Amino acid sequence: MIRSLHRWPGLIAAALLVVLALSGAALSLFPALETLQAPAQAEARLSVAELATRIQARYPGVEQIRRAPSGQITAYWFEDGAPGAATIDPATGAGVASADAPVAHGWLKTLHRSLFLDDAGRIAAAAGAASLLLLSISGIALVARRTGGWRKVFSPLKGPVSGRLHVEIARLSVAGLLLSSITALWMSASTFSLLPEGAGPPVFPAVSGETGAAVGDMPVLRETPVFALRELTFPYPDDPTDAFTLKTDAGQGYIDQGTGALIAWNDLGGLERITETVYMLHTGEGASVLGLVLGLMALGIPVMAGTGVVLWAGGAGKRPRIRANAAAARADTILLVGSEGGTTWGFAKALHDALTGAGHTVHTDAMSRFSPARYTGARRIVVLAATYGDGTAPASAAGFLDRLAALPTPPAAPLAVLGFGDRNFPAFCGFAQDVVDAAAAKGWAELLPMDSVDRQSPQDFARWARAFGAAIGTPLEIDHQPVAPHTEGLTLLSRRDYGTDMQTPVSILRFAVPRVAVWRRWLGQGLPRFAAGDLIGIVPDGSPVTRFYSLASATSDGFAEICVKKHPGGVCSGQLLGLRPGDSVRAFVRPNPTFRPKRGRAPVILIGAGTGIGPLAGFARANTKRRAMHLWFGVRHPDSDLLYGKELTEWQADGRLASLTTAFSRTGTRTYVQDALRRDGARVAQLIGNGAEVLVCGGRGMAAGVAEALGEILAPHGLSLQTLKAEGRYGEDIY
Amino acid sequence: MKSLLAALALTTALSTVLVLPGAAQARPVTLTTTLNAYGGDGAYLALYVTDASGAYKGSLWMAGGKAKYYEHLRDWYRATAGNTAEINGITGASVGAGRQLSITLDLSDALFDAGYVLHIDAAVEDMRDSPSEITVPLTSAGAGKPTPGRRYISSFSYDM
Repeated sequence: MIRSLHRWPGLIAAALLVVLALSGAALSLFPALETLQAPAQAEARLSVAELATRIQARYPGVEQIRRAPSGQITAYWFEDGAPGAATIDPATGAGVASADAPVAHGWLKTLHRSLFLDDAGRIAAAAGAASLLLLSISGIALVARRTGGWRKVFSPLKGPVSGRLHVEIARLSVAGLLLSSITALWMSASTFSLLPEGAGPPVFPAVSGETGAAVGDMPVLRETPVFALRELTFPYPDDPTDAFTLKTDAGQGYIDQGTGALIAWNDLGGLERITETVYMLHTGEGASVLGLVLGLMALGIPVMAGTGVVLWAGGAGKRPRIRANAAAARADTILLVGSEGGTTWGFAKALHDALTGAGHTVHTDAMSRFSPARYTGARRIVVLAATYGDGTAPASAAGFLDRLAALPTPPAAPLAVLGFGDRNFPAFCGFAQDVVDAAAAKGWAELLPMDSVDRQSPQDFARWARAFGAAIGTPLEIDHQPVAPHTEGLTLLSRRDYGTDMQTPVSILRFAVPRVAVWRRWLGQGLPRFAAGDLIGIVPDGSPVTRFYSLASATSDGFAEICVKKHPGGVCSGQLLGLRPGDSVRAFVRPNPTFRPKRGRAPVILIGAGTGIGPLAGFARANTKRRAMHLWFGVRHPDSDLLYGKELTEWQADGRLASLTTAFSRTGTRTYVQDALRRDGARVAQLIGNGAEVLVCGGRGMAAGVAEALGEILAPHGLSLQTLKAEGRYGEDIY
Repeated sequence: MKSLLAALALTTALSTVLVLPGAAQARPVTLTTTLNAYGGDGAYLALYVTDASGAYKGSLWMAGGKAKYYEHLRDWYRATAGNTAEINGITGASVGAGRQLSITLDLSDALFDAGYVLHIDAAVEDMRDSPSEITVPLTSAGAGKPTPGRRYISSFSYDM
């Protein structure tokens, strides 16, 4: 619901908002320029009477004196049958510059508020402001949901770049956008007379009929300081029925030109004051620094419009068409999808198609439309559930848990739950777990234990599909790539082999990166730029499923390096370890921006085992700034599979590694990396207390052991992994 | 569109103010106002009539639709206290710089050669107000003779 309130106004208004934002940002410069150029008013208590006397001495035909909120004073006069105008130096009353506003200013202003379309354009601009307000409010609600609560709105972000950029800029600029949009709406309402009118000028009073009072002697002008002046209009020459008109920041009235007395006055009403303040807040006239800040914040709109469109076009919210979707009553398999952005639908479609292809009748629907009474022919029910933010239900699963809880008896068909999420978030697959717990509480039979798919991993999904297929007696091999990758040929430069004596071959494979001209890279050719920790995807011959390996090098190293361990019967690892220098494979890069040290000087704790050393070695190799990086590394035996053994010693010697701790599981000590951490608990706790971030890479078992050990180490200090994750200081790359 | 032609049969609309006692006859009069290229937004123009003593008698036309800006048409505003009932049904769009406003009204014969004066107040956003920029006595002899303005109006004439 909130997402729709954000997406559709955003997409519809994007172009309009970009025009309004760019013109608004440009306009914000003018008040600042005017303030810089306005002659300084040295005399703080200069009265309007004195100023008017000085100006009248220079320009006897003066008709009007105006003071802009910037402090700029302009005089208009009529002399020898021709009108004149100039900005005035208040110290002398002499003109110092032309009073004409720059042409660009007028053009931009018309564009900004009416798009050169007069009232139709004004209404469009007002609609733009309204959609900006709606986008700001719905955006704040979405960020709060994504980060897991209002108090965490400013916590560090994880996820793909376009989404992160969108939110980062939104968080920086939303205050200004709220202010600009609300004030714009107020000004539009005022323009279209939708707000009650103020008192306006007083009724023109009876005048004495005499003329000739000197402006310098008029009491009200002597009492009014120049900074309070808005406008002083002189009576028409030779018209004894006319009067001086004075406008100040307190109100407006008339002064008799014969007696010099104030003969009528209206105070500025409350509403007029509000409108004036709103005008100042929106335009920055009289608050030029605020204007500049708002202008800067408005520049975020084009970026957010761009990233927003990319996010939308990138599949978020796009539900694929499910072909051959069987009726609920007829289907033997019910697929229920809980998706926030829409990517989980892609997996559901892949599963739907594979099952249908294998002869099943499948009904796929949103979790929010869960109605077990209709599933009369169902043999099994599958829930594919993403998690949003801190573990709440995604959009298409609204109401599922309530409906489940309200059932008198659980559905007869057994349940399989697959969670989708990002392991970097504290509540990884939290909603899927809620579904499993609620089903268990209801006594709903389980078809197979819950599993999870981390960051849309095709491997995770294929693994689960195999298990699911086995449970229903239908072999399932599904390769679902959320985005079809563009692969490049990589040639093996060199390989270093370890572990052969223990029948567990492991190799460091170094591939050449084909050099591609910059412009070709912009066209999407060649391997994109990568850093250590990013993933390289390889589709082996004879299997549709992509395997991912963490990169141990960056583009700047000039090569792509990965660590590969031979899995018994593993198709991809077998092919990779069979490569000889000169052979090549097809590969693509997938960014993994959540798994790398954050910028800064805070210490970094690197924990890895086996081939998990790959990205960690890459971080150390790139650590030319000698940031304090501490590595805990577990392998079987120092003589067998100590990957990067030589480099690790060198990096420790030249300061790229602040400390190196190794744990060997196949020597007499039988130590795992988590044991080494426990032993060094005090040092680890101290580093974390000093703001260190933790990056863990390795297998699932090792990661669980490390998490447990760290939890024990941190608990006495009042810290937990949850808090570290919430602060963006705990990253895992697990396989 | 260089000229805005508003052909209106205003004998009824203006009868309250401009059809004077004993004046049964009316004739179409074309009022043409040409603006300078003053380089600003559209001008608001108020066309109205006073008697010889300067007392307001009635409005002929208001170019500009937003009442909040009428106070800048200072003489007209002062005479009418900004009462929009004075211009009900005789309001049009503001007139762009360099453009021409041409309106045809049925005006009472009694308005001519009787000391009545036609005024035009002009105002442009962010520029100086120009009340009574045109003041021209309504006479049969003056018809067709252009009167220059002083700030926004290049010339004004009425043709019978």
